[in-house]
Amino acid sequence: MRALEHSYRTISSIKGPLLFVEKVFSARTGEIVRIISPSGEEREGEVLKIERDTVLIEVFGETKGLDIKNTTVVFTDSLKKIPLSEDMIGRVFSSSFKPLDGIPLPVPEKWVPVTGYPMNPVSRARPEEFIETGLSVIDGLNTLVKGQKLPVFSCAGLPSKEVVAFVLKNAGIRKTDLFKKEEFVIVFGAMGLTFQDYSFYMKTLEEMKAPFVAFINMADQPVLERLLTPRFCLTVAEYLAFDKSMDVLVVLTDMTNYCDALREVSTAREELPGRRGYPGYMYSDLASIYERAGRLKSRKGSITLLPVVTMPEDDITHPIPDLTGYITEGQIVLSRELHQKGIFPPVDVLPSLSRLMQNGIGEGRTREDHRKIANLLYKYYAKGRDLRRLEAIVGREGLTEQDRVMLDFADAFEREFVAQNKRRDIAETLDKGIEIIHRLKIIG
Amino acid sequence: MKEAVGIIRGISGPTVIAEAKGLKLYDRVYVGRSMLTGEVVRLEEGRSIIQVYEDTRGLSIGEPVKSTGMPLTVRLGPGLLSSIFDGLQRPLKRLEEEMGPFITGGRELYGLDYVRRWRFFPLKNRGDEIEEGDFYGYVEEGPFKHYLISHKRGIIKWIAEREISLNEVIAELEDGTELFGCHEWPVRIPRPYKRKLPAFEPLIIGQRSIDLLFPLARGGTAILPGGFGTGKTILEQSIAKFADADIVVYVGCGERGNEMAEMLEEFMKLKDPWTDRPLMDRTILVVNTSNMPVAAREASIYTAVTMAEYYRDMGYHVLFLADSLSRWAEALREISSALEEMPGEEGYPTYLASRLASFFERAGVVETIGGRTGSLSMILSVSPPGGDFTEPVTQSCLRTAGAFLMLDTSLAHRRHFPAINWFQSYSLYTKEVVEFFEKRVSPDWSALRQRCNEILQKEESLREIVEIVGMEGLQDSDRLLMHIAEKIRLEFLSQNAYTEDAFSPPERTLRKIKDIVELYERALDSLKKGQSLEEILR
Repeated sequence: MRALEHSYRTISSIKGPLLFVEKVFSARTGEIVRIISPSGEEREGEVLKIERDTVLIEVFGETKGLDIKNTTVVFTDSLKKIPLSEDMIGRVFSSSFKPLDGIPLPVPEKWVPVTGYPMNPVSRARPEEFIETGLSVIDGLNTLVKGQKLPVFSCAGLPSKEVVAFVLKNAGIRKTDLFKKEEFVIVFGAMGLTFQDYSFYMKTLEEMKAPFVAFINMADQPVLERLLTPRFCLTVAEYLAFDKSMDVLVVLTDMTNYCDALREVSTAREELPGRRGYPGYMYSDLASIYERAGRLKSRKGSITLLPVVTMPEDDITHPIPDLTGYITEGQIVLSRELHQKGIFPPVDVLPSLSRLMQNGIGEGRTREDHRKIANLLYKYYAKGRDLRRLEAIVGREGLTEQDRVMLDFADAFEREFVAQNKRRDIAETLDKGIEIIHRLKIIG
Repeated sequence: MKEAVGIIRGISGPTVIAEAKGLKLYDRVYVGRSMLTGEVVRLEEGRSIIQVYEDTRGLSIGEPVKSTGMPLTVRLGPGLLSSIFDGLQRPLKRLEEEMGPFITGGRELYGLDYVRRWRFFPLKNRGDEIEEGDFYGYVEEGPFKHYLISHKRGIIKWIAEREISLNEVIAELEDGTELFGCHEWPVRIPRPYKRKLPAFEPLIIGQRSIDLLFPLARGGTAILPGGFGTGKTILEQSIAKFADADIVVYVGCGERGNEMAEMLEEFMKLKDPWTDRPLMDRTILVVNTSNMPVAAREASIYTAVTMAEYYRDMGYHVLFLADSLSRWAEALREISSALEEMPGEEGYPTYLASRLASFFERAGVVETIGGRTGSLSMILSVSPPGGDFTEPVTQSCLRTAGAFLMLDTSLAHRRHFPAINWFQSYSLYTKEVVEFFEKRVSPDWSALRQRCNEILQKEESLREIVEIVGMEGLQDSDRLLMHIAEKIRLEFLSQNAYTEDAFSPPERTLRKIKDIVELYERALDSLKKGQSLEEILR
């Protein structure tokens, strides 16, 4: 350990967000540096690479206004840490950790590095408690459980924002202790927001009943801060979950902006590009975010993660949704077709999947008939959807009586079960499903 | 050992450049004051490039590098079974006791317990002659006899007949050679054997589609490629639970933490269907989840396969499972790109194919040095990006693997599990293994297999016609076939991993297909006799 901070004015080059400093006596990887521009402005950076006495620094924030001759770099000998406190609940922060509500930062209880540490796999507890989102199509057919990571795959132009807002306003652990403070908290991270999105989400946060902590990174803010935003969220989430025993739901939007930022930074570092220009380590990088969700056997709280991914060109095999799908435990897929039919939320049940659903439903968790109803709804809807293609060829008249019932079921399912404009609790969701099945008198 | 041999001159991610003397390629080194484990991957004039297996954050230039004088090794001896290790063979349970639920950094822990006492049963006496590869005694490791193998020939001067611990001498030869209960072995060097034997015995999996259509052999290799959501992990885990092997080594390579937690919990509860003993008794787990260090992920499959070979050398049938090999290849790519090597296809290093091939070669049926027969089979999942099988990892595996069990996204969407595509998949062991099944289970095995294939093929060609004219447009015999094929798909090929049916012994597999095929023959007869299809189906 070094006792003192030391500073240099030996920058040799500045390239995008990168800074080369020479003749550095000693530096460590991941160390935070303060960069003071000729006009006296300060910003932070992180040591990325060291080669003898030359140090490569990644600057968080703008590099505009820096020069080679008069800029000072101060090595602090500490890792990137953020201050944590329970009083952060109810507050909105920027991606440079400045409060956006004009009130000063809460007094920190402790400082914690933002990258976190991997959970020991044997310390993990298996996720099995139901979280109610209020959306039938998720609660009923793609149930979310505490400790799960379940992304929403959207396409450009689909109302993913509204789906997120619905979840933010309505999610809870169970109806009885819904919105009870100290137990359930939402951490919201927004990356690369336009001003319009920003106003929308700020309004949503005002209307929220559950306690929350929010981090907002705007589209015109530095890309490196975009990479920090989800890490801030998860560091706060780990603190609230495992130090303060809360159940934390982390909502991250939009991971596509995050990945594009990652690509931009990787290109600036002149790294070898992988598929579609995204860096080869994107899988590991995304895993270092997504895998922070979970539960521990020895602690009470939990972290559940709901990231939103906008699929470029509606392509589910694009590296961003693809690598996400390989790490997360299922996916909720939004469909353009349903959106055009005016159905909200436009969730396509067929490609959607919650891998941990089996553990979280049934007697004592949701309701004893949950599994049966979910299987029937899925089966009939899949059948109905299959028949729609046949109907397009042979016409409705060419189908048997039973097939026509299935077609009607698929329509009713979309219009009445998937579509909804107000919160349904799990009992209402399941009853709705039963009602549609009974009304259409489906046999076999 | 462990002397400082150099100092750190540069750091870039997991790669460290050191100015050091006396290092050999692939030596294991300790990096920095926090003693992070690393491996020398390149030597140049005046500088050594070290791949660090742990998080390098906080490492500073000027810190020391120490050498162990040995390559990356695992410790082999009693106590490996029912353990859970990370990619460097550190026991995860003890890691938890030492640093809590998060893995915070460098800490050397050995894979074996040196305090535990074992009852030792000698198989040789004083004055006996012993050959290299001979068992000189055993300890009871759960239900298994864990044989201790001599690495030298000679005459036994004295041998223990009491409880032992792993750090004491158990026997001594006349020439002064001391025999211990455990030893170290470099993970990247295959353990030696006398010769390889052809694979002919089936490896019964308990999955009907595999056992009947694409049977695997003991000592063989198989890959399971599939896009996300096709059920690779569930299938790998089902195989780990039900396969007819003595010992199972399972590597969770760069996959989900929650999945591993679920698997651990399940394995603690479940019984081995072949012996009715706790499943963990026969299992070794190596876990390196996707957020654990990348370089250790690369090492994890070697750590695991070395332990698998060790039990093979005792004459056991060992099954090695890895989920997923793609994550290993990606780790290799990350390391290669950090070393600024020239990239090949899709950024993978050009040695990907040869590394994979030599890894696959560690499988096989062997005659051990001591003259016994043991086998090491491999079933490895592959996660092709975007579900595209033309990518380099799948293609390289195809050149060496003996069986290709392709998991199909469209089957998975229809919730047909295991989603093994029955047209694209193949097994090169079919001929030898089917003969075995005919002798052991039923002489009809091969004929039924053939019939099942025919029905499925016919269905596929009829399906296109149905798309256009509908079921009503088909002849009765074809409609019957469609009906039977559906029965095969739903009742025979599908197996729910969460029910009793998850494991199907060969006898049940045979009975099921036989029932369906016989039903078909009877219905065809009735049809010929002029009965209407509606009546028959009722």
